[in-house]
Amino acid sequence: MLVVVFFVLTVTLFPLGVGPEASVLRRIAPGVIWVSALLAAMLSLDRLFQVDFEDGSLDQLALAPLPLELVAAAKCLAHWLSTGLPLLVISPLLGILLNLSGEAYGTLLLAMAIGTPSLSLVGAIGAALTVGIRRGGVLLSLLVLPLYIPVLIFGVGAIDAALVGLGGNAHLLVLAAILLIALPLAPWAVAGALRLNLE
Amino acid sequence: MRAPATLSFTGKNLTCTRGDTTVFTDLDFDVDPGEALIVRGVNGSGKSSLLRMAAGFLAPTEGELRREGDLIAKDPENHFTRLHYLGHLNALKPAFTVLENLEFWRRLFSGSTRSTGIKTDARALDRLGLSAIADMPTHYLSAGQRRRLALARLLAVARPLWLLDEPTSSLDDAGSETLVQLISEHLSTGGMVIAAVHGELAVPDCKTIVLGSEPPVS
Repeated sequence: MLVVVFFVLTVTLFPLGVGPEASVLRRIAPGVIWVSALLAAMLSLDRLFQVDFEDGSLDQLALAPLPLELVAAAKCLAHWLSTGLPLLVISPLLGILLNLSGEAYGTLLLAMAIGTPSLSLVGAIGAALTVGIRRGGVLLSLLVLPLYIPVLIFGVGAIDAALVGLGGNAHLLVLAAILLIALPLAPWAVAGALRLNLE
Repeated sequence: MRAPATLSFTGKNLTCTRGDTTVFTDLDFDVDPGEALIVRGVNGSGKSSLLRMAAGFLAPTEGELRREGDLIAKDPENHFTRLHYLGHLNALKPAFTVLENLEFWRRLFSGSTRSTGIKTDARALDRLGLSAIADMPTHYLSAGQRRRLALARLLAVARPLWLLDEPTSSLDDAGSETLVQLISEHLSTGGMVIAAVHGELAVPDCKTIVLGSEPPVS
């Protein structure tokens, strides 16, 4: 829930910062929503494996017959359900707040639906790599934010394309491609990073 | 060269290096079914490192670990699913109750369903004297009670090798006594135990290795 509040607060800061002019807000709306979503998704990442590391659960998870890759996938799903999904649900409301045009909402929802799972998957790799580092939050942002750029570019691109009447399909397909690459590879990478941290 | 014993768990020429520090070198051990190995040593002599190594978490810098003659490094998962590791941390989630914590790990470890294992959980809790507080969130438990709950995991899921890192820490006398009984029973059914301890752990006829008889070289 905190993540959603953070998301809403960040987005509402923009009208205060750049002024309430409707045409300006309409122009920057897709970018503002996506950037805020990236930051909000990252906010909860550092606790994804940290708690399990600190209380010894990670050792026990490694001893379970369930492959660590599946544990990692379940963690990503949990992160998306508690972060990506609420962001997705609340984003049209923020679109209205920023005066986003009516024809872009469908694309906004689709782009968020396809893009946010990639944020959880890619973010989990960073979280697993930094799990043994105390106060690894800053390092985690440095690792993960650059990897979020493709999602940002094509997420915003899809909405912009829909706004000018081109249709966002091409961008959405690229977002889907990113997700399809991240889906099998990220849990595998996460499990590898977690095994390193068992030492 | 002797042929590797079929069911034993052995370590040969083990060297452990952490960063630039050599923790121990050329360590050998072997544990057969029904045997306990007690690891002793001063603080920082590498008892915990040895146990993490035995669990397969920490790769030996040199040397090799074998389970039933097979190299553990080749198939760590096979080793992982046949051991219990109890370190300094109890792996309990504070918001869940005693029973929920135990049930979660039991189900994850054995893959069994709720209905078949519920008696196992109750028996394990009863054995550790936790039945009365089964529905209490672990957040409210004392350190000793948390330790007992972590020990209950050893009973809830049967696995042949127990690796115990200072298992008696925060346990009262009665708790330590129960632990010794549990270990004896485990050994009598052909189990293996490696335990790092400081004080007394009155396990009948066990092997002992002492680490760090000379100060670690840095």
